[in-house]
Amino acid sequence: MHCTRTLSVAAVALTAATAAARADDLTLCWAAWDPANALVELSKDFEAQSGNKMSFEFVPWPNFADRMLNELNSGGKLCDLMIGDSQWIGLGAEAGHYIKLNDFFEANGITMDDFLPATVKGYAEWPKGTPNYWALPAYADVVGWTYRKDWFDRPELQAEFQETYGRPLEAPTTLDELMDVAKFFQGREIDGKTVYGAAIYTERGSEGITMGVTNVLYNYGFDYGTPENPYQLEGVVNSPEAAKGLEFYKELYDCCTPPGSSDWYMSEDIDAYKSGQVALQMNFAFIWPGVEADPNVGGGKSGYFANPEGPDGHFAQLGGQGISVVSYTDSKDAALDYIKWFAQPEIQQRWWDMGGASAMRAVVENPDFATSQPYAQTFLDSMAIVKDFWAEPAYASLLLSMQDRVHSYVVAGQGTAQEALDALVADWTEIFQDEGKM
Amino acid sequence: MSNSMIGRAAAATPPGAARQIRGLSDRAIAWIFVAPTIFLLLAVNIFPLIWTIRLSFTNFRANRPNAEVSWVGLSNYQRILTDPDIWRTMQATAHFLVWTLVFQVLIGFTLAWLINRKFKGNDLWTTIIVLPMMLSPAVVGNFWTFLYQPQIGLFNYVVAFFTGIDPTSFTMIGDVALAPWAIVIVDTWMWTPFVMLICLAGLRSIPDAIYEAAECDRASSWRQFWTITIPMTLPFLMLAVLFRGIENFKMFDLVVQLTGGGPGNTTTLTSIDLKREAFEKWRTGYSSAYAIILFVTVFGLASIYVKALNKVKER
Amino acid sequence: MSGFSITEPSRGQKWIAGLLVAGYALITILPLIWIVATGFKSSADSIAYPPKVFFSPTLEGYVNLFTTQTRQTQEFLAAHPPQTWYEEIVHARGLVIAGPSRFGERFMNSVIIGFGSTFLSVSLGTLAAYAFSRFKVPLKDDLLFFVLSTRMMPPIAVAIPIFLMFRALGLSDTHAGMILLYTAVNLSLAVWLLKGFIDEIPLEYEEAALIDGYTRFQAFYKVVLPQAATGIASTAIFCLIFAWNEYAFAVLLTSGTAQTAPPFIPTIIGVGGQDWPAVAAGATIFLLPVMIFTILLRKHLLRGITFGAVRK
Repeated sequence: MHCTRTLSVAAVALTAATAAARADDLTLCWAAWDPANALVELSKDFEAQSGNKMSFEFVPWPNFADRMLNELNSGGKLCDLMIGDSQWIGLGAEAGHYIKLNDFFEANGITMDDFLPATVKGYAEWPKGTPNYWALPAYADVVGWTYRKDWFDRPELQAEFQETYGRPLEAPTTLDELMDVAKFFQGREIDGKTVYGAAIYTERGSEGITMGVTNVLYNYGFDYGTPENPYQLEGVVNSPEAAKGLEFYKELYDCCTPPGSSDWYMSEDIDAYKSGQVALQMNFAFIWPGVEADPNVGGGKSGYFANPEGPDGHFAQLGGQGISVVSYTDSKDAALDYIKWFAQPEIQQRWWDMGGASAMRAVVENPDFATSQPYAQTFLDSMAIVKDFWAEPAYASLLLSMQDRVHSYVVAGQGTAQEALDALVADWTEIFQDEGKM
Repeated sequence: MSNSMIGRAAAATPPGAARQIRGLSDRAIAWIFVAPTIFLLLAVNIFPLIWTIRLSFTNFRANRPNAEVSWVGLSNYQRILTDPDIWRTMQATAHFLVWTLVFQVLIGFTLAWLINRKFKGNDLWTTIIVLPMMLSPAVVGNFWTFLYQPQIGLFNYVVAFFTGIDPTSFTMIGDVALAPWAIVIVDTWMWTPFVMLICLAGLRSIPDAIYEAAECDRASSWRQFWTITIPMTLPFLMLAVLFRGIENFKMFDLVVQLTGGGPGNTTTLTSIDLKREAFEKWRTGYSSAYAIILFVTVFGLASIYVKALNKVKER
Repeated sequence: MSGFSITEPSRGQKWIAGLLVAGYALITILPLIWIVATGFKSSADSIAYPPKVFFSPTLEGYVNLFTTQTRQTQEFLAAHPPQTWYEEIVHARGLVIAGPSRFGERFMNSVIIGFGSTFLSVSLGTLAAYAFSRFKVPLKDDLLFFVLSTRMMPPIAVAIPIFLMFRALGLSDTHAGMILLYTAVNLSLAVWLLKGFIDEIPLEYEEAALIDGYTRFQAFYKVVLPQAATGIASTAIFCLIFAWNEYAFAVLLTSGTAQTAPPFIPTIIGVGGQDWPAVAAGATIFLLPVMIFTILLRKHLLRGITFGAVRK
């Protein structure tokens, strides 16, 4: 470490001397998580090449949206580059927080055809479905599941599961199977420790429970409007099928999660899984490199599967972000240089190798990709079925209502699933009316 | 509060001093001395307040600087006062306010009464008891989420130790029935010493002579407590309640760190709700109206209370 | 009071009272002891069930607090043996130190904003308090009440227009903006407290000085200020503690450059999961100065927390 750091510092110093004329101090803002640490390492190459100095402002997920949207809304100059969450794109575009990148892409030969279509739509476009780009897909992410393969492989558990459910104990492919597996492990004694079924998202304060419950709702027919009318809520958001989906999530929470998991999001789920408390973990794919490297659960002890199918569909909640240039920056050119550097195929390949999730087709469609990591195939399968939350400028209000209604029903146990979704439709209708969209 | 304090302050101010005009006149000096304070308060308190009132009649949204702003009259106020969700947060606030006051007054007064027995080392214990009150509520509140964890937290373990129930069988901040009490417990832990200190001052202000006289009249100690101790400390106690009442009506940092308003909306106090409206949904006009309503409420309640307090004092 | 009094409690009473109070004090200090202790636990010990009372102390939490770490492969770790004791601690967990964390900066922000606003509010407050105490200021009672009523607004409500104002003036996320804001909020406390202290200084001193040929200004800074020194010092500490602990404004109006420690400490997370020892270490460093101040201040505590309404 010591040697490498001195080396890279020397390299930076050298190039800085030559490129001193336009050396800028760039700050990149993102969430504080494992991929961000990988990006710090990766960016040393940019520093060495351009002579610009990179600083980073990383905020933990539960505070990320709150802090960064506040920063953008106050016209702050903290961030030159923002790897903002996918749902912010509407606000970033319409409120003028982000610089439009179409001309820049054209001038530098960057084309969105080189990136996975789902990520272009999810992270870069606004309005959705039009070729107006406000970000470059930076980090592809999706909710998937991690399971304790070493437990699943135990003969005595295999036999017991076969006897009870009439099928082998393996990674579930439907939500009902998932429930069976979770129930099977809940309260079981393994190696002298009581373990539980699944760690799922239940967090109240930011976006946690919404990012969890949608994985079930989508597969029970819930949707954001219809193809004919993007703001058709009645009968789509609160259909009886969707209510069943919400009941499913509550049942999963009530029967099969560890005690005290009433306010859990990514890091709590990781902790529970790594400490051997749970057999299954719902989480974004970004955790998978960390799971593989973990001394307790890594090295082949864990398996991965895409979000299971439900009665009315097969989707998974999209995560991930695009990288944008904040319009309040004083170093616009240097910030664009960073994006140009980041969009190179070799850098994207290194990004994946270091634990980042590239959205570039040249990387993920490489024949070697699916076998490059134990989770790579699951990642591809999951990215093929993504659906995202609203990316409207009013996304924060829409999200807050959903957090409120869903948490009140699932965790606090107030009212029925149908009432919760009816109330959600009423909330969303009011928001869209305020926006003049309904 | 103000009236009583101003009364006190006025009484303590000595009558006009001999003034000699040398250099600047006293009047000029007075203005030079007061001006910066007044200016700063105008700039950072009054001007923004007027701005808030103005905004409360519009549909302005701070995150859409380019959008058209229009006057909406009283509709923001109307929407707030007819919104059942807001009444729910008011109820949560009332629950928090009432129970923290009850516990803090009971425990705080008892502690003060015990400390007033003047046992050896009471200074040391008092200082220890006072510590939580001065600490950062956000930092301490955050740490309490750790103490409240069902399996690894100290709180559940201590409760289990004394009652014998399974420490994993209950979760203070995840349970709808327990969460409102979880925030009451932490606030009581932090602020009981505040009530205690004020009560102690009240108890110490009672002259021994009064008890001695009662002793000569052969009044029982029970009678002495109810006829001397309580009435004479009551103004102090009421002052403590006033301070804690205002503070807990404004409560934000401790609870937002502890529960984030959950589960569901069980502990969403008005300040937390207001923060969501103003800084997450960015309904600036609407939340300005909300802020004005809160201000009027706390100001109105405090004024009525101060009148009552003054009556008690005059007795 | 004389040594013998019929109101003096009996020995037995004193013993019981002492035991009860000591019992309460021990329970009340337990969470604070737990914070300090957790700071010296390893990650595994901090989340052990049942909670560990006895553990082998480590500085892991403090190292994590002041550094950022990245995960590295076994080969990389083997090729780069640790050079210092703190690198060794990180190394043992399969990580390497990537650089310093933001904690130092945030702590310094707290110091700069805390001391800056304290200096300003005590300076302005002393002048205003002197004027209110010694001169006939028109509308004095109204002004004093007005100064106080500014503390009745919930901070979130105040923050709405302040946010807009700061955005328009470019004060968002700046030290200057936060110093100005905390100064304004603290002024009411400073004026009220200092007026009480200055009221207590006998007028005769100043009158004597004026007769000796001092001007008002000279009398103020050569006679009144030294007399009020203790009062000014304890007022300053109260202002400092307020600014130090403040959370609501800080979380809404700062995002990086000027962010203070209270909004930062709860967001400390390690590599994969919340790092309680690091949070506890940060909390310990942050809370300790206030604990010391509280002990130093205990004689003036009551006065400070009641805006001077109650004086012992």
